[in-house]
Amino acid sequence: MLRIGELRLETEERRNELKMKRKILTTPQKITGHRLFLVILFASLLALALFSVVSAQGTTPTDDEVNRIAKKLYCPVCENVPLDVCPTEACRQWREQIREMLSEGRTEEEIIDYFAVTYGERAAGDPRDKVKAYLIPVVAILLGTAMLVRALQMWKKPKAAEAVTPAREAKPIVPRDEYVTRIEEELKKRS
Amino acid sequence: MIANLGLGILLITFFVTVYSAITASFSNPKIFARLFRGIPTASAQRWANDLEKLDTPQRAASMVESARRAMLLTFPLLTLASGLLIYLLVNEHYEVQFVYEVTSRSMPTYLKVTAWWGGQAGSLLFWSWLMSAFASLVTLRKWDRDREFLPWVIFVSCFTLAFFVGMTAFFENPFRVFYQTPTGVEAYLFQPANSVLFTPEDGQGLNPLLRHPGMIIHPPMLYLGFVSFVIPFAFAIAALVTGRTDDRWIRLTRRWALWAWLFLTFGLVLGGRWAYDVLGWGGYWGWDPVEIAAFMPWLTGTAFLHSVMIQEKRGMLKHWNMLLIILTYDLVIFGTFLTRSGVLSSVHAFAQSAIGPLFFTYIAITLIASVALVIYRWGSLKAETEMHSLLSREALFLFNNLLFMSILVVCFWGVIYPLTSELFTGAKVTVGPAFYERANGPLFAALLFLMGIAPLSAWGHSTLQTLGRAAWKPTVLAILITAALYLFYTQNPYALIGFSLVAFVILITLYEYWRGARARQKSHSENIFTALWNLTGRDRRRYGGYIVHLSITLMAIGILGIELFQMETQGTLEINQSASIGGYDVVYQDIARFIGPDGREVTRAVVGIYQNGQYLGELYPRIDYYWDAQQSMTIPGQRATMKDDLYILLVNWEPASATGATFKIYVNPLVNWLWMGSLLFLLGIVIAAWPDKDPERVAVRSGKPVREVSAAD
Amino acid sequence: MTETTSPRRAVPLWIQITVWAFLVGLLAIVAMGLSRAQQGTVQPGQRIDDFTLTFYSGYEWDGRSEIKLSDLRGKIVVINFWASWCKPCEQEAAELQQAWTEYEPTGEVVFLGIDYVDTETDARVYLKKFGITFPNGPDLATKISQYFRIKGVPETYFVDKDGVLRYVQVGPFVSIEQIRAQIDPLLK
Repeated sequence: MLRIGELRLETEERRNELKMKRKILTTPQKITGHRLFLVILFASLLALALFSVVSAQGTTPTDDEVNRIAKKLYCPVCENVPLDVCPTEACRQWREQIREMLSEGRTEEEIIDYFAVTYGERAAGDPRDKVKAYLIPVVAILLGTAMLVRALQMWKKPKAAEAVTPAREAKPIVPRDEYVTRIEEELKKRS
Repeated sequence: MIANLGLGILLITFFVTVYSAITASFSNPKIFARLFRGIPTASAQRWANDLEKLDTPQRAASMVESARRAMLLTFPLLTLASGLLIYLLVNEHYEVQFVYEVTSRSMPTYLKVTAWWGGQAGSLLFWSWLMSAFASLVTLRKWDRDREFLPWVIFVSCFTLAFFVGMTAFFENPFRVFYQTPTGVEAYLFQPANSVLFTPEDGQGLNPLLRHPGMIIHPPMLYLGFVSFVIPFAFAIAALVTGRTDDRWIRLTRRWALWAWLFLTFGLVLGGRWAYDVLGWGGYWGWDPVEIAAFMPWLTGTAFLHSVMIQEKRGMLKHWNMLLIILTYDLVIFGTFLTRSGVLSSVHAFAQSAIGPLFFTYIAITLIASVALVIYRWGSLKAETEMHSLLSREALFLFNNLLFMSILVVCFWGVIYPLTSELFTGAKVTVGPAFYERANGPLFAALLFLMGIAPLSAWGHSTLQTLGRAAWKPTVLAILITAALYLFYTQNPYALIGFSLVAFVILITLYEYWRGARARQKSHSENIFTALWNLTGRDRRRYGGYIVHLSITLMAIGILGIELFQMETQGTLEINQSASIGGYDVVYQDIARFIGPDGREVTRAVVGIYQNGQYLGELYPRIDYYWDAQQSMTIPGQRATMKDDLYILLVNWEPASATGATFKIYVNPLVNWLWMGSLLFLLGIVIAAWPDKDPERVAVRSGKPVREVSAAD
Repeated sequence: MTETTSPRRAVPLWIQITVWAFLVGLLAIVAMGLSRAQQGTVQPGQRIDDFTLTFYSGYEWDGRSEIKLSDLRGKIVVINFWASWCKPCEQEAAELQQAWTEYEPTGEVVFLGIDYVDTETDARVYLKKFGITFPNGPDLATKISQYFRIKGVPETYFVDKDGVLRYVQVGPFVSIEQIRAQIDPLLK
């Protein structure tokens, strides 16, 4: 465990490191030239103290703020389980990472992008490339609609030609309350 | 050895199904003869001649009868095999690999029985058993005029059955036994040389997720739904092969399709309920690939149920119905395949195995053969009448089908997109709920809208005028309700659209009832309740359908509630600390850890619930740790009301003690309506599908009156 | 048995072709996915494609912040997939480090630790805890692990001087002898 004095030192050192890290996060391919130390204990201490000292800390993101983003992320270790409810250690670490990034003032979008770039596209629960994800279903649905409309037009055409020929079961249109008449007819037939 | 006996029975069953399928198809050698005629070699022509000589009525009749008897034999055989497996499970025969994998000494007996479908091999046997029960039921019905369908129905059923039984017997055999050989312990079908039986002390135990009561009925329901869709498919193929492509196959299987739909829907709802109670993520549906795999046949099945009505009433859409039932059948197999093959990893894919390629081959063969048949019979499936109005009921049904297919496309794409993305770009992607909700939301809304107006439109003709006359009163009322909701409940536009549609459908459906009952009241001078009762009794299909529609709207209320208004908070509390959410205060009162009856370690928290300062009671969220399976489950504490559910989880990734336990608290508004709706749904389907005591005589389109028989009678 | 006459109106050829093309395409995609799911890890005897590993600072190789596998041609490369959240990895951490201290002086063997789905903070805690000094870096976008089709961590891949995979260890090493047994024959 850390003693109080160490904790303060840690925090100062950490602040410097975070400054560096911010640079790195924007270019995740090149994680170089920075040092990070024992933050995990510090972070979990924070997590423990969270609920009681939330107002005192002010800038520390709450579990809810973390979960709001975690909901949209999926850890490759437990596929198809959203990060906010995944119990594995790997996911717990990810949530701490989100907390850390939030406290650095990063936006939701930046965090999701960071995760997608660092851990692969599948970390993002909603495909980031919207065109690729939505193009085919949208085209397919439009195509289906077009086909249906065309089929309906083709079916309607014969009607124009032989306007008088009634369809086998087409009933004459009764202008007034056709429905009630229909029901009555049907009921008469059956009872 | 019981396991050996079981193995023997499985093998015999396999050969019986193969025999039955072959005999049934060869009862009509002309078809094969025609195939051989197509091959321009001397020997093929000779075979064709020989085959044609075999084609005598007596011979055909006796072959069909033989196939039928063989088919009927499969049910007792599979029952026996299943009985043996259950015996092994219950009596702790851990030398049997399957028993070892899914049970343990600490499990109660009823769980040992349900472990039957708790693992790969057993669930395949279970599937086969249900399939054979259904196939036997359908073969036992009176065939009378439909005799020409019989061999092909037997053929399709037995072909399917042979596939599943074969898989069970040769690849995923639940009767494998452990033997100790010089090289180590392994499971074998037959005892190898120089080996001794190996009996482990205890089993691994059933996956804790499957020990929940919901899981006891969820898979059987789903499987029942899956299996009973095979029957309409079998009839469809029979109709295609024999060329009797009128709507007889549809009339014969209407009730089957309805029951199938009932089971499938109920299976899905139960699955949702199970997820809600056990999986511990505060929801009931996560758009998980395997959930979608079960949802897809439901979509095509629902579309099928609607579009067959057009064929019955108007003689249209024959091709489409064939394609829909083929699609449903193959999606059923595809669903089983997805869960079992490990193509997609998912929470549900409990077991990954080598049977994937077999499933794939089977799907490919059946899909290609069925589509080829439809193309072959394309001409004889021509529509008998024409479309007259874009607002007629048949046109609206077509739009309904379009919407269901669109949802299917979205779901299928969502499942397949990660696969294609990985194959073509090398990058794995996750398609989470956001995609499905965004893409399907408008489609569901449109479906609701159609559900409102379609019952008002008439077959053949409808105009805006007639529709408007029937709809204006409910519409006005729905608008008023929406306005009230806007003022007093929510300003969320999606919610308002959703709720206004729900109100629209409910009002129109009730209005329809009322108008029907009024009409009857006038013509029969009954009081309104008798009139309602008789109305429903007289046209159970229509009014059962309306009840189903109502139930769907209730479910929609629940879905809208939880999707749009769910609140959640998470925090670590000390004893006597509290968290508040959505008007509730949750006080952490106590925690205890003890060993449960079946050896699981229970960590149980006691939380007090207050609403606006008023004490409501205690809830007990807990974590169950199963030592045998080394897995933990978070069981929520729930307080359900029609307004909302308070749903409290004790988080299992943080330490839980008196000095600090982390809770995840959800308020799930209106979700109870979903479960209520599903009960009403059950009622609606039962009304619509209940066999007639006094079978009504319905004229088949082809002319002569015929007694309407379906196997459900 | 009623035999219907031959179809009155057949499906247009182009529609038939479209339908079949669509079906076959769909089945092909599923088949490819299936065959991928059925494959195990990369098998010994296969030449390993080139990949780039970016190192954690302080864990570089030869002072370089990133390296390609092809840069190490002529050396035996031991590729170890691990993660800080992985308990079994801890079992072998000491052995791996010991083996590294034994083989590093020969200059013929390079150990590469590839950190799978991990946060850097936790990774560093782990590396420090076990006193690991061999080159280590994150598996960016899980590209490397995807190429090797790892089924879990830890997994260790022994690549010979020609860049050919010679042995795959799934699960942790229980003793340093196990590691030696794979490297020594490759050293000749």
